[in-house]
Amino acid sequence: MSSTQSRGGLDSPLEESLVRTSRFFRRGEVSADLRSLHQIGGRDADSFYRDRWAHDKVVRSTHGVNCTGSCSWKVFVKDGIITWEAQQTDYPSTGPDRPEYEPRGCPRGAAFSWYTYSPTRVRYPYVRGSLLQMYREAKQRLGDPVLAWADIVTDPERSRLYKSHRGKGGLVRATWDEAAEMVAAAHVYTIKTFGPDRIAGFSPIPAMSMVSHAAGARFMALIGAPMLSFYDWYADLPVASPQMFGDQTDVPESGDWWDASYLMLWGSNVPVTRTPDAHWMTEARYRGQKVVVMSPDYSDATKFADEWLAPHPGTDGALAMAMGHVVLKEFFVDRQVPRFTDYVKRFTDLPFLLTLEQRGDAYVPGKFLTAADLGDTTEGADFKTVLIDAATGDPHVPNGSLGFRFGESGKGRWNLDLGEVDPLLTLDGGDAAPVDLARFDTPRGEGATLRRGVPVRRVGGHLVTTVFDLLLAQFGVGRPGLPGEWPSGLDDASQPYTPAWQEQFTGVPAAAAARIGREFAQNAEDSGGRSMIIMGAGTNHWFHSDTIYRAFLTLTTLTGCQGVNGGGWAHYVGQEKCRPVTGWTTLAFALDWARPPRQMIQTAYWYLHTDQWRYDQTTLDGLASPLGTGRFAGKAPADVLAISARMGWMPSHPTFNRNPLDLADEAAAAGKEPAQHVLDGLDDGSLRFAGEDPDAPENFPRILTVWRANLLGSSAKGNEYFLRHLLGTDSSLRATETPPEARPRELVWRDQAPTGKLDLLLALDFRMTSTTVFADVVLPAATWYEKHDLNTTDMHPYVHSFNPAIAPPWETRTDFDSFGTIAAAFSRLAATHLGVRRDLVAVPLLHDTPDELANPRGVVRDWKAGECEPIPGKTMPKFVVVERDYAAVADKWAALGPLVEQAGLQIKGVTTTPDKEVEYLRGKNGPVRSGAAAGRPSLSRDVHWCETILALSGTTNGRLATQGFRFAEERTGTRMADLAAEHEGKLVTFADTQSRPTPVITSPEWSGSEHGGRRYSPFTVNVERLKPWHTLTGRMHFFLDHDWMTEVGENLPVFRPPLDMHALYGEPQLGNRGELGLTVRYLTPHNKWSIHSEYQDNLFMLSLSRGGPLIWMSTQDAATIGVRDNDWIEAVNRNGVVVARAIVSQRMPAGTVYMHHAQDRLIDVPRAETSGKRGGIHNSLTRLFLKPTHLIGGYAQLSFAFNYLGPTGNQRDEVTVIRRRSQEVQY
Amino acid sequence: MRVMAQMGMVMNLDKCIGCHTCSVTCKQAWTNRSGVEYVWFNNVETRPGQGYPRTYEDQDKWKGGWEIGRNGRLRLRTGSRLKRLLTIFSNPVQPSINDYYEPWTYDYDTLLDAPLQEHTPVAQPRSLLTDQPMKIEWSANWDDNLGGAPELTQDDPVLRRLSDEVKKQFEQTSMFYLPRICEHCINPSCAASCPSGAIYKRAEDGIVLVDQDRCRGWRACVTGCPYKKVYFNHRTGKAEKCTFCFPRVEVGIPTVCSETCVGRLRYIGIVLYDADRVLEAASTPDPKDLYEAQRSLLLDPHDPRVVDAAAKAGIPRDWIDAAQRSPIYALINGYEVALPLHPEYRTMPMVWYIPPLSPVVDALTQTGHDGENAGNLFGAIEALRIPVEYLAELFTAGDADRVTGVLRKLGAMRSYMRDLNLGRPPQESIAAAVGMTGDQVRDMHRLLAVAKYDERY
Repeated sequence: MSSTQSRGGLDSPLEESLVRTSRFFRRGEVSADLRSLHQIGGRDADSFYRDRWAHDKVVRSTHGVNCTGSCSWKVFVKDGIITWEAQQTDYPSTGPDRPEYEPRGCPRGAAFSWYTYSPTRVRYPYVRGSLLQMYREAKQRLGDPVLAWADIVTDPERSRLYKSHRGKGGLVRATWDEAAEMVAAAHVYTIKTFGPDRIAGFSPIPAMSMVSHAAGARFMALIGAPMLSFYDWYADLPVASPQMFGDQTDVPESGDWWDASYLMLWGSNVPVTRTPDAHWMTEARYRGQKVVVMSPDYSDATKFADEWLAPHPGTDGALAMAMGHVVLKEFFVDRQVPRFTDYVKRFTDLPFLLTLEQRGDAYVPGKFLTAADLGDTTEGADFKTVLIDAATGDPHVPNGSLGFRFGESGKGRWNLDLGEVDPLLTLDGGDAAPVDLARFDTPRGEGATLRRGVPVRRVGGHLVTTVFDLLLAQFGVGRPGLPGEWPSGLDDASQPYTPAWQEQFTGVPAAAAARIGREFAQNAEDSGGRSMIIMGAGTNHWFHSDTIYRAFLTLTTLTGCQGVNGGGWAHYVGQEKCRPVTGWTTLAFALDWARPPRQMIQTAYWYLHTDQWRYDQTTLDGLASPLGTGRFAGKAPADVLAISARMGWMPSHPTFNRNPLDLADEAAAAGKEPAQHVLDGLDDGSLRFAGEDPDAPENFPRILTVWRANLLGSSAKGNEYFLRHLLGTDSSLRATETPPEARPRELVWRDQAPTGKLDLLLALDFRMTSTTVFADVVLPAATWYEKHDLNTTDMHPYVHSFNPAIAPPWETRTDFDSFGTIAAAFSRLAATHLGVRRDLVAVPLLHDTPDELANPRGVVRDWKAGECEPIPGKTMPKFVVVERDYAAVADKWAALGPLVEQAGLQIKGVTTTPDKEVEYLRGKNGPVRSGAAAGRPSLSRDVHWCETILALSGTTNGRLATQGFRFAEERTGTRMADLAAEHEGKLVTFADTQSRPTPVITSPEWSGSEHGGRRYSPFTVNVERLKPWHTLTGRMHFFLDHDWMTEVGENLPVFRPPLDMHALYGEPQLGNRGELGLTVRYLTPHNKWSIHSEYQDNLFMLSLSRGGPLIWMSTQDAATIGVRDNDWIEAVNRNGVVVARAIVSQRMPAGTVYMHHAQDRLIDVPRAETSGKRGGIHNSLTRLFLKPTHLIGGYAQLSFAFNYLGPTGNQRDEVTVIRRRSQEVQY
Repeated sequence: MRVMAQMGMVMNLDKCIGCHTCSVTCKQAWTNRSGVEYVWFNNVETRPGQGYPRTYEDQDKWKGGWEIGRNGRLRLRTGSRLKRLLTIFSNPVQPSINDYYEPWTYDYDTLLDAPLQEHTPVAQPRSLLTDQPMKIEWSANWDDNLGGAPELTQDDPVLRRLSDEVKKQFEQTSMFYLPRICEHCINPSCAASCPSGAIYKRAEDGIVLVDQDRCRGWRACVTGCPYKKVYFNHRTGKAEKCTFCFPRVEVGIPTVCSETCVGRLRYIGIVLYDADRVLEAASTPDPKDLYEAQRSLLLDPHDPRVVDAAAKAGIPRDWIDAAQRSPIYALINGYEVALPLHPEYRTMPMVWYIPPLSPVVDALTQTGHDGENAGNLFGAIEALRIPVEYLAELFTAGDADRVTGVLRKLGAMRSYMRDLNLGRPPQESIAAAVGMTGDQVRDMHRLLAVAKYDERY
């Protein structure tokens, strides 16, 4: 190396000498060649940047709702001002040989602190001006807040007036005292007049800030108001999960992606929707993992894919069915893989026997054969399913089915231990019979039939086959000697469900479908089950998503991937995991003071109360299988909702057309059992279910409180219906009401649909949203950087904390503080207006309880139709009377009640008794000294709630985890307590979570294990410890034998195409180019620049995107309607109108547009040409569709639990007409 | 040999998910203030795309960086220093605000304050420069995720240099992300452009800074920087740029953009280089040789002679230690998988990139082959969806073979590790095919995939 310049030089020699002189005027060291200036010391000039970086403290916190990231953040504070945030990097290690969770966060979270001092911050309490004026006047006149509220809402003219002002400005400041008093008065009046079930609370995703959620939910529970579900409402609940697994949703943490050696991203755009987890996918590729992406557009995830399949939107089920065909043919029939065969025999319903029923010249699938069918009359025989022992050829009733789960005789036998028995998978080799199966691969998705054959045998006088044999028939995998029509090969496009067949629906080449399916299974064979499918909203937000998912889960289950680290399903949309679930449940539903709480399925709630049921146009006939019995003939969705409610399958609140407090009083006055009083009333017609007459004023929902949520700017499918019917203000609804012939028969049709049903919309938020803009009272909330709380997720195994970086500024209050304030105001007014009342609560038949045994064989019997007797808790809801001391609500809200140790805590069928924990909490939090809760552990501070949640849950308290496992061991007879015993002495405290994210403990609250520091994967306890799934057979279910499943032809996984909006609602056909524009499929996937509606108004996110509402479209569609990039466009269908700007890109497929949700109407939304009103939100073009099978209850795994089962608020099947509009927009 | 220490960064584009967290955390920490509303010290570009400011890579237009004059000597593209001195008062060639974007806000107050009115209140956009209502027509990241493509990508200066054949491949859609900060060049043209001598390179770590006291706002640096990573603060009238977070780096914390990178794709480290050979290297005649020229500037920190010279140059022992375990040195000169951004600008940039490997096999499997099979893998790389030629225009002045070589190593790592993943014996021939040993592949895997915090920084 030379020490002088050997070559080259700058400019020319003359210039060099001229310029060289300048170095004498500079400090620092100029390089010999004069290129650059190096400087050492004397850096005062840079003090600006040092000052900018300086800060006084760093506080740990996170972001509290609707994002499952659960990222721990450092919040920087200088001079008492929050300056910015950055990710924490101190997660405990995942192990020496794999990536870590640090850092977790995304651009949206990084932009959060903008809200703190932003102009959209709600700083003070606000009340709708016209309402406040009326209230002040009435209160002055009448002298009592409750009388004042009554005076306004019972006056049609005044109430119509303030309701019509909703969403049109005119909010004025009030004091906290005045606002809280008015809210309290409304609650007291409504309870007294209509009943507590006319009030509802909505706040989602508790895992993300358990105390903030529980604070309001606990208030609702104590007054008797239902909390509305959210997981099903968001359409994020994969109904296939309760159907197949008997579980809500349990999924691997993202660190487990690393363990997978084959990864499909199916309808899940991981870089956008799981931003902090995405690195696991990019890194696992380096470990040799293959990544396949299924996405209709070139999504962000596609960049990382080794292969990209682009099925047409909503046809993913066809692709998955074809892959299932390949797997069954090549890994089960052409060749057997011992691991797969052994797995499906042990852990699935495939070896179980099904009865076949004669139908014409063939058979149709019937029910699972049970011990009762073989003459067993002992306990649970109806729920003990049967298989054949290959060794003996005799029927065998193995342990582990639902018949062993409850009752004395099943103790120690509810397990998957087969002993010496080798289940026979197929009856092949003997007789065969033709079976007819439903198919929906028809032009409009209507039902047709398919004749195939199965091997059969006669057992106990019943003609039976196995689920496995029927599954082969369903998937079209033939074997010699079977009757029926079968595909000639993978390339036979005429027969479902071959790879060639799927191509016509999906556009995916047959060879590619076959190859990927084959690879998936081959990898599972090679890796011991480490093939994984990450699935998400793109495939889960459809009307028929449960069928799509069952086809996916067929792939992961057949190949033995469920319950294996690195394998199985990984459903990530709207899922959360409140890891300390028992503690949160106890506080949120006030189970320490009274049981049961009211809980409501939100989709059904809004379907009725926003009158979307009045616009449904068609009956359910089109949904049914031609092999059904016509039980849905002529029925509207609202009819089956009413039937489900009265049979006790699904909850229904408001429940009756009467105040439940009055019902209890009347029963007492008449000296009758409350249940008998209900039965008598239903019998003589004096009592009706409210859901049968939702437009009667006495059945309206009267008060809705929304916190941690933006209903009207985000999740409200059928937004314009909400505005018109619920709120009574302007809307852009364009739909016409259902003609008489298609109207529900079970419901009262009132000629004039009511508008403005709701008396009070209360919103708590720190920023302005559509919900606050339309609310009557807006309370200023503290942000996530201004409170104590807890946060967990299923994406990682830690619990960590929120902590206030600053005190809540201006007049903001934490949700905890706000509901404490409301509870206190309420109790004061209640003392005189309500006192102690008895509340008659209708409770649906619940999952993980003996209620699951209510309907043997899933046979439907409607007492109202005379098919059975009305028996509470059996053929109808249970009726329970709960005493409510309304004046004591505030006292109880702020103290831990006695039922904790007296009745124990139940979760998923496991009971724990936290007696020592109550003593611990009395010491830790201090006892309450006076009032209704004297002597009980205090809950007067938010940190008390945190400590209580942690102490009462197995995931954070090793003693309770071990105790719970011991309880479960008694039932299963298998060893489990050792999974938690390593942590029996460990109790996670709030201080632990403040210092660092803290790993959780393996607990019976969940199905997987973290034992020994392994990554969490669901169902590993089931597979490794032979613990049954919470299903009928105790195994994972391919076959569902409920009557309604049969009726819609969905006993088995099946392909159902998207709903045909042209046939159902008269929308133009897709691709139609009419005067109003081009008809396209309208999808609302998740947004890169927001978490739902949060951050879409954030200036940083707007600056990094295009600064307002947008619709993505293909270059072809844009050309068709003459749209250029960034032009203003208008999208219109019967549900409403949207105005946005266009983003034109070749990454979009032709015929489909994306309006990323949730773009609120508040940022740069002009008025629509179509309506003259403010252009809507993404959900202005959607509405609710109820699928009847989501309403099934009271039967094994098809039983209700909150957020476990219920109709989904799906919205993906919609279409819209889209066109270029005038570029001169007006606001 | 004159040993100097240089802070540098390597970003693994193969892991970048385009989330822009780096941009936001940087913005919040450094440029969230008036005068620099439009400034993003760190930004992320979707490629193909125009970049920020738009078309900044078109040096025929913007005149950034260095070039070789007819006399074979290095000179700034804006002309010789004498010429520049004589024309100092004329308007420099530089992007207008519209080439960055006109920053805006909204009438947020309306949402709370609106009186009772006919329609729902709405927050209209309003210019932060003029305070007038505006229609938003460009932003710091307007063409994110191919928004507006293919119309907008027609003006991508890199794409315009490619043949028709490659453009056709692009029609079949591909994209990747390019996060960018200041390059903290070894041969910074911004510093050389500054008439006031306000831009300097810190002697101990090579970080390039603007002396806020000395800057006179000539803005010649804005022109001089070919990456357009020096910005003009229109409030203070001074130039500002990425500081490599020196207040953090000085106390041992990584830069904000690195530590907050959720993709875990950024590596920071020290390299030692020979300051005496910089001009020679920068004057390498053939642009395609600049990559090698710059690599040759970097000194082997394990070479005892280098250690000795470094010590004599006053570089502390812990810095030499840091240079020896520098992840960026390993990626640049050890595994040779990192490449400089636009070496042809001759600034000797010190933010390097591992090119993206994706997707590998789908083009190949269309022909019926098993793309995962190691034997086919290298064939697949030639069939990448992202055209190698495009990457070569970014990182190797058009030398596609260099890029292919890197991608082959990444592919080989995946193939080699797959056998280990599935419990099969590893095939050493896979490693050998890219000139590596199995142990080297495993070590590279550790650095790229396991990527622990203390090994990234």
